[in-house]
Amino acid sequence: MAKILPRKDVVIMGLGWTGAILAQELTDAGLDVVAIERGPWRDTATDFNIGYMPDELRFAVRKDLFLSPAQEAMTMRNSISQTAMPMRDYGSFLPGNGVGGAGVHWNGFVWRFHPSDFALKTQLTKRYGARRVSELQLEDWGVSYDELEHCFDQFEYLTGTSGKAGNLNGQMIEGGNVLEGSRKRDYPTPPLKMPYASTLFIEAAKNMGLHPFPAPAANLSRPYVNPLGVSMGQCTYCGYCERFGCANYSKGTPQTTILPVLMKKKNFEVRTESEVLKINLHPDGKTARSVTYVDRAGQEYEQPGAIILLCGYGLMNVRMMLLSGIGHPYDPASGEGAVGRNYCYQTQGAGARLIFEGKHFNPFIGTGALSATIDDFNGDAFDHSKLDFVGGAGISCGSSNGRPIGYHPTPRGTPRWGSKWKKAVAETYQNSLGIGAQGSSYPVRGNYLDLDPTYKDRFGRPLLRVTFDFPDNDIRMANYMSDQLEKIGRSMNPKELTVSRASKGWNSVPYQTTHNTGGATMGANPKTSAINRYSQSWDVSNLFVLGASAFQNNAGKNPTGTVGALAYWTAEAIRDRYLKKPGALVPA
Amino acid sequence: MKGVLAALLLSTLAGAAQAQDQMSAGRYQAILGDCQGCHTAPGGKPFAGGLVLETPFGNMTVPNITQDRATGIGGWSETDFRRAVREGVAQDGTRLYPAMPYPAYTRMSDADLASLWAYLKTVTPVHHAVEADHLRFPFNIRALMAGWDWLYFKPERFAPTEGKTAEWNRGAYLVNGPGHCGACHTAKTLFGADGPVALTGASLQGWFAPEITDAKPRGVGGWSADDIVAYLKSGWNSHAVASGPMADVVERSTAQMTDGDLKAVAIYLKDQPAAQKPSSAAVAANDPAMADGKVLFQNNCVACHGANGKGEALMFPPLAGNPVLLQSSPENLIRVVLAGARAVSTPAAPTGPSMPSFAWKLNDAQLADLLTYVRNSWSNQATPVSADMVAKIRTSLKSGS
Repeated sequence: MAKILPRKDVVIMGLGWTGAILAQELTDAGLDVVAIERGPWRDTATDFNIGYMPDELRFAVRKDLFLSPAQEAMTMRNSISQTAMPMRDYGSFLPGNGVGGAGVHWNGFVWRFHPSDFALKTQLTKRYGARRVSELQLEDWGVSYDELEHCFDQFEYLTGTSGKAGNLNGQMIEGGNVLEGSRKRDYPTPPLKMPYASTLFIEAAKNMGLHPFPAPAANLSRPYVNPLGVSMGQCTYCGYCERFGCANYSKGTPQTTILPVLMKKKNFEVRTESEVLKINLHPDGKTARSVTYVDRAGQEYEQPGAIILLCGYGLMNVRMMLLSGIGHPYDPASGEGAVGRNYCYQTQGAGARLIFEGKHFNPFIGTGALSATIDDFNGDAFDHSKLDFVGGAGISCGSSNGRPIGYHPTPRGTPRWGSKWKKAVAETYQNSLGIGAQGSSYPVRGNYLDLDPTYKDRFGRPLLRVTFDFPDNDIRMANYMSDQLEKIGRSMNPKELTVSRASKGWNSVPYQTTHNTGGATMGANPKTSAINRYSQSWDVSNLFVLGASAFQNNAGKNPTGTVGALAYWTAEAIRDRYLKKPGALVPA
Repeated sequence: MKGVLAALLLSTLAGAAQAQDQMSAGRYQAILGDCQGCHTAPGGKPFAGGLVLETPFGNMTVPNITQDRATGIGGWSETDFRRAVREGVAQDGTRLYPAMPYPAYTRMSDADLASLWAYLKTVTPVHHAVEADHLRFPFNIRALMAGWDWLYFKPERFAPTEGKTAEWNRGAYLVNGPGHCGACHTAKTLFGADGPVALTGASLQGWFAPEITDAKPRGVGGWSADDIVAYLKSGWNSHAVASGPMADVVERSTAQMTDGDLKAVAIYLKDQPAAQKPSSAAVAANDPAMADGKVLFQNNCVACHGANGKGEALMFPPLAGNPVLLQSSPENLIRVVLAGARAVSTPAAPTGPSMPSFAWKLNDAQLADLLTYVRNSWSNQATPVSADMVAKIRTSLKSGS
């Protein structure tokens, strides 16, 4: 029997980026907030100890900070004609676990999506005609870049993001991203120092008439104090960002930006190692009453709340809605239903590996987001009218790490082991650089999320089933990016250039990216979106769903900047609109 | 008639406002005296006692001073309260131990005590019986405290020093009266009485409360008055950060003091004479311990504290010129590297960054060399640290004290 707890104003599932932002903003508004977090408490000095954090085996290989399949697994397949099977281990993507969520172990890219990304259906239809996008299931987000501008700004200033503006109030600034949406002010801290590999890329790109710029990074170029008064340290370029917690307080994470202030508030409480089982609705099904969760000891609780916020990882938010009977599950056969719809990933297949002679790239000097990027082939920043695809990719060259277990580039034809392999690694380590293309991922009818009919978790709840393959449009896009990489790479005169190409048949085993988006998308139409423009469920008016699950399409950029902006946007809507008049903020 | 009522009402209101003023003034007195610091157990109700204080004479449990009649001081009169705070004698006549800093509080003014009492009367009564003390014989005989008081305790009100400014005198009052800084920062005699040289640093509860006279570099001689104010207000300045027991003092007491009072404290401390201790010669750079320590420092410390030992504002305290490192006793330094420490978190500096523990990584000899290097680099100058000192503190940390 679940113990029924006293009612709270706000109950949050998950204390990662969105949970921490919403908790901070809503406690400031005077509300009594509790966060229920499945994983453990995590603190810099204790859990990201400088003495043992750079343990590649423990954290990168054995994935110490991540969600384990024993806690929650998923089943996967490429198409509805297949039977989905549960994975033995998380591979293709790695969801976070514990306080801070994926915000602990991310690389730290703080992108703003392009203005066109938020209204892709309108933009592409207008520019290229409806026929060109008929194979895609595009929807506008119902919120515009201009509306979100100040929210992007809030997230950048929260995390102390290091970067250089390229479009300041419509003024183009050389050396910044001139293809970005207009911003009202520059980044809070200047860009990171570019590593040697990036400087070669910048030179090559400039020579080709492209517009390279330092990628915006929440790896701080200098010490910073954010608007909450929380201070952060200067990044040491140690190269242990992704899959690790930052030991130097230099990476923007909930721990380094919000929690020191939030945890001291009397109207905030976090319950860790407590897993939400479901959201309970009132009998009319139109509002949520409470969440049921189970603590580490196995005791079940019912926590009533006036407002419920789903702040888990995007995929978990979708599953929680499906498990709780909220909204209409998406059906790929009819194309109807909103929950599970428009699941997208990231198209990562295009890449280039360059090997030189006599260089000293020092790849061990790195930060998660240390790179030079071009947006010339990203989103709709370039003309697709003569091309056979829509979308694009951010093309980057940087130095995220040169770690001993994971990083040993070798020339083509090198044996996979033995003395020849060792010699090749020794010769190539200082002489190799990579250029990557992070491609957009656009929705199609057959890519979606639902509950698996067979496999269940340790509480007896159905697992989430992911049905996904790279859409043909995205494969054509990635191939075009491989062509661009080939041109850029060749112009840099390497001894050896290897360009990889994307192919159909998404494989859930090798790591690709943790940028899973969609499934509980935001929009103007309740038939094709699960939440309205304020992240409020169309069906349950006191439920808000945060995170990348809201994206109608994924851009050729890392999602966290947009996730952060949408969190501030939602917090503002709850504070300024919902609290004054609880109920649907947009008529269905 | 109406006029009379209005006048009555006004006078009642005026009385209420006066009581309100006295109450908030009393709340401020409780902050100055950091009463909550000792009288509230970790996670416990305010002023309900239960905190265990470790003293050289055994452990003492701090009493409940809420207005609960059975377990607190609800049955006390203001006179009883005054006698306890200023003379160390409880309502029933038993003697208090000087862990209750009545030798400092005795200097408090009647007005300040009256407002403090007015405030304590408003604190929610909590029924919480605290356990008896666990002092060793003969210290567990409270009656003996009469003798101690006769020998060492001088009941006296604060008297301003002529020729000094009002600000200096306010500082003197705060430091030696309610603030009871000497309770930690003044070395004690074998019998727990204040030693002859005030505020020159002392060892207690496993920490060394540093010298806070105008000594340089051990005291605040290298600090401006503004540096001292910043430290007490936020826990940070460009020289040092508060951690350990001082972090608690800053958080609960000094961070909430008025800027005027903090300035007065600073002015007074800047005028306190340094201890007449010979300054130690620097350990030579070619000493094997220094060479070994340098390598250890580079491998373990530079990422945060910098190769130049300058640290980073509000994040990583400097090691160069940081008085905490340069005390005659290196026990804080050893303790912090072994056990880790968390910087204070205040409204002005909420981050509270932490130093991780290195106990698992560095052995006694390595840690001794590392700290010898830190105490003798970038113009720092202090006695070397021995492996034995490290071993002793490691053992005491393991045993939980």
